[in-house]
Amino acid sequence: MLPCMNTSPATDRAEGAVIHVRGLEKSYKELKVLRGVDVDVARGSIFALLGSNGAGKTTLVRILSTLLKADGGRAEVNGFDVTTRAADVRESISLTGQFAAVDEILTGRENLTLVARLRHLKDAGPIADRLLRRFSLTDAGGRRVATYSGGMRRRLDIAMSLIGDPPVIFLDEPTTGLDPEARLEVWSAVQELAAGGTTVLLTTQYLDEAEHLADRIAILHEGRIIVNGTLAELKRLLPPAKVEYVEKQPTLEDVFLSLVGEQR
Amino acid sequence: MNKHFLGDTAVLLGRSLRHIARSPDTIITTVITPIAMLLLFVYVLGGAIQAGTGSYVNYLLPGILIITIASGISYTAYRLFTDRQGGIFERFQSMPIARAAVLWAHVLTSLVANLISVVVVVLVALAMGFRSGAGVLDWLAVAGILVLFTLALTWLAVIPGLAASSVDGASAFAYPLIFLPFISSAFVPTASMPGPVRAFAENQPVTSIVNTLRALFTEQPVGTGIWTALAWCAGLLVVAVTFAGTTYRRRVS
Repeated sequence: MLPCMNTSPATDRAEGAVIHVRGLEKSYKELKVLRGVDVDVARGSIFALLGSNGAGKTTLVRILSTLLKADGGRAEVNGFDVTTRAADVRESISLTGQFAAVDEILTGRENLTLVARLRHLKDAGPIADRLLRRFSLTDAGGRRVATYSGGMRRRLDIAMSLIGDPPVIFLDEPTTGLDPEARLEVWSAVQELAAGGTTVLLTTQYLDEAEHLADRIAILHEGRIIVNGTLAELKRLLPPAKVEYVEKQPTLEDVFLSLVGEQR
Repeated sequence: MNKHFLGDTAVLLGRSLRHIARSPDTIITTVITPIAMLLLFVYVLGGAIQAGTGSYVNYLLPGILIITIASGISYTAYRLFTDRQGGIFERFQSMPIARAAVLWAHVLTSLVANLISVVVVVLVALAMGFRSGAGVLDWLAVAGILVLFTLALTWLAVIPGLAASSVDGASAFAYPLIFLPFISSAFVPTASMPGPVRAFAENQPVTSIVNTLRALFTEQPVGTGIWTALAWCAGLLVVAVTFAGTTYRRRVS
């Protein structure tokens, strides 16, 4: 069993935490999915929540985005309690769920203007055009989303989440089912977001994704956060690396990306 | 009421209406069965049916309009289910919008789509010889009853749309609704039916609604039947809205 590595005291809020969770519990009938989750996420950071399927990652994200009520414990987002100030929480967040939540019958541009209008912004059109450019969707903007590839849908989905510049963005398994190229595109979009000061909480089953993107990584296992720290801190949990000399073989991903990249 | 309710409903209504404009097959499939029934009953079976003195198409149209609406509203369940399935429902739920707007937009879309379907069916009936001397007020009364009926059935359709776990389950509930007019005064006078069937037919909502519409079209006095019809519609509406609201709150909490 790994030691718990919460650097913040378990009761007090960490300085500058934009997501603050204490003792969160949730059960579906007899099945206890969350058994007392404690976690803080610092403003402007990328926080990766790792866990195998069924570990409760999506449940936690759904509670934080006001889609689900917890059975016990507290959760605050951007200073607002998710139960008593749900409307303020929704004003502060954007959720990109596991499946690209886009309207298939509308065009990409119409999807973006729809969200801009629902966020009560003026100039929905210019906002949509800016995002289409930023996510390389300008040419596809007038086409129905039903004709988009998986990667394009994901990009549109994330673009829709950025409208209104919410301070906190939840990305629930943003790269599941994407090809390696689309995955890299999503990664760079996430990094850009954090560079702009947005807090990103992302869940993933891909360890390399967490390693590549996250400032802090937490592992959710059997309904509890069993470890929470930076990549370096996590690595120190295991005995120091032995130095071995191994011939560096390109991974299949390297091969794939270099071949496909050359043809572009 | 949330200050954004009207604005959000309007935006989401625009979205759903665009869906209909881009796949008008939902209107076509809604009107095709009622029109086929009109043709079948007027030109094939109608000659053998004794239903009053006027032309049979005049007798038949009110019931056909009810069938049109009963089949049209199942698309609300379908659209709601598709929204839930695709995740866009949750996207809306996690946004700072008036939550009721999501449902109202679907309900109003159903109203618009059914109104178009009804107009199409009435035009076909006119081509087949339907005639009415009804004045503007009578037509307004007809429209009012049909709007109320559509609203009541649409809110009923919202419940399976929110609760169903498969697309078949979401639309299957409409079949009994489409069947109900057959055991009513829609096709033949209830007086020709045997005892228990007649008792059911005369006391179910479709008969009072159909009789009221027929009276309005033929400029006959509507009598107390119109109050029975309105009471059925209003009662159904209240029950359906209540259950839909409960289902919705359970969904989103």
